Amino acid sequence: MSEAQNLNRARFDVPETSMIFARGVRKSFGAVEVLKGVDVDVAEGSVTCIIGPSGSGKSTFLRCMNHLEKLSGGVILIDGNFVGYDLVGDRLIELKDKLVCQRRAEIGMLFQSFNLFSHMTVMENLIEAPVRVRRMPKAEAEADALTLLARVGLSDKAASYPRELSGGQQQRVAIARALAMKPKALLFDEPTSALDPELVGEVLNVMRDLAKSGMTMVIVTHEIAFAREIGDQLIFMDDGVVVEKGDPKEMIENPQSPRTREFLSRVL
Amino acid sequence: MSAHDANNNAQVQSASETVASLKVVPQKQYGLWIGTALVLVLMYFIIRAFAVNPAFEWDVARSYMFHPSIMRGLYNTLLLTVIIMVVATILGTIIAIMRVSRSEILNGFAGVYVWFFRGVPALIQLIFWFNLSLLVSNISISLPFVGEVFSVRTNDFMTPFFSAVVALALCEAGYMAEIIRAGIKSVPSGQAEAATALGMPYRMILKRVTLPQAMRFVVPPTGNEAINLLKMTSLVTFIAVDDLFYSAQSIYARTFETIPLLIVVSTWYLAVVSIMSVGQYFLERHFGRSDKRNETLFDTWLRAIVGRKNRSNADV
Ligand SMILES: Nc1ncnc2c1ncn2[C@@H]1O[C@H](COP(=O)(O)OP(=O)(O)O)[C@@H](O)[C@H]1O
Ligand SMILES: [Mg+2]
Repeated sequence: MSEAQNLNRARFDVPETSMIFARGVRKSFGAVEVLKGVDVDVAEGSVTCIIGPSGSGKSTFLRCMNHLEKLSGGVILIDGNFVGYDLVGDRLIELKDKLVCQRRAEIGMLFQSFNLFSHMTVMENLIEAPVRVRRMPKAEAEADALTLLARVGLSDKAASYPRELSGGQQQRVAIARALAMKPKALLFDEPTSALDPELVGEVLNVMRDLAKSGMTMVIVTHEIAFAREIGDQLIFMDDGVVVEKGDPKEMIENPQSPRTREFLSRVL
Repeated sequence: MSAHDANNNAQVQSASETVASLKVVPQKQYGLWIGTALVLVLMYFIIRAFAVNPAFEWDVARSYMFHPSIMRGLYNTLLLTVIIMVVATILGTIIAIMRVSRSEILNGFAGVYVWFFRGVPALIQLIFWFNLSLLVSNISISLPFVGEVFSVRTNDFMTPFFSAVVALALCEAGYMAEIIRAGIKSVPSGQAEAATALGMPYRMILKRVTLPQAMRFVVPPTGNEAINLLKMTSLVTFIAVDDLFYSAQSIYARTFETIPLLIVVSTWYLAVVSIMSVGQYFLERHFGRSDKRNETLFDTWLRAIVGRKNRSNADV
């Protein structure tokens, strides 16, 4: 761990075990404030699920974590690092694009719409970032890719184009593609929402295995049962704030806030 | 077995036989037949008119087909088309990238470029550049304190051929920019977003993700653009570049064999356009290879002949 990371951790009282540390995160689009001071802790190797009504800022919060959106206020530290900045004295100095990219590459992100590169085969999708961004030798990247494809159960699809795969297969390839960068954490934005019901299971299975293997994950999801099963922490967001967070089982059985109760009663 | 059962059996048999022997009588398309007949008659008259009318002087046309001046003209036309298309594509790509940039200034500049160079007729731009040497005899770059660092007389390099390249390339770049911009816009934003999340920098995303996917939308209209450009180069006749049309003109100005020479020129343009269309077909196929749903009968047929070459290239 670098000196800067240790300094940051000391400066912000970041717990030893923290992988993602968010304090007072604010984000506005023009005059509209979408995140109104969000505090979240994600321990290394843990699974955090975020639920909440549409438009409550869940996606925006995920996107802030890997600096796809710039914060309007507050801090997010990933493994003790700011993704888009360096702290010098009291000032956050915006990093050069190159460094932002390097740090962003350490956090994988999965999307509702999979977003596989449609002009590339599955194999090309998997080796693109390792080879181009990390400058990994192609042969090594391909060997890694084959291991990852086996892990998500798609060894025979290396030469296929995304269009030839089902939604569930595409999302599993997308997970393998994110894993190919050996990320410190994975962010999932409604990974199963675009899938036909019978395909949801295969993606959740892969995610379950990942959780067991100790991957740090933040999952925005509507699959309450899944969140309850594999989540170490459940967060309910509404209107740009964290309304309630805690142990998934306790929270689902006995929500403290009326807003949580009302939301759960609608989706369960 | 009762007679009733046997009867029933026979009935079942005949029902399935009926199904097997049913004949489909295609819809009678009288309109189509009448139309076809009319067109055939029309074609007969047109062909006869062309073949028999002595004004066309086919022998003369044939004798000029490979005439040295015509060949030189054809060469110049092709050279102009290729150079202009290459320059316009590069310039157009840069302008398209400016047009989708987050910087208002780059965006605005690109907008004005497209507005101007698409708006002013190509012929006027051509004559303007040709006359530039009359308006501005020197082009020089001076820096404050340093003085003149670069100076060149426009007459030295503004040959007619060069003016033609500059004028038509700038003009064509305006069209190409719009085509490429539309192509970039048609790539779903999730593609660039996923690439960003993987840590790819902006330029790499453009080069590796956005532009290659835009190609599928860019190639078909670019083919049309190239064909248009090929014909547009005949405008250079006005500034005395000896292209195909100019060469023909200078011959029939002497011999008055106008129509045969126009036939020669048209035949060459048609021949080149046909070859370009074939090239366009292969390019489209190449850039559409990740989408086999659009495979035509011709594709399937070609794939059977060429073998699985295209696919095995795609394998890693
Ligand atoms: N790029 C953007 N520009 C303007 N408003 C946005 C943008 N992205 C999201 N929003 C707004 O922010 C709010 C929260 O959106 P989002 O984070 O996508 O919510 P969720 O994922 O919880 O459904 C919504 O009201 C949305 O309209
Ligand atoms: Mg969302």
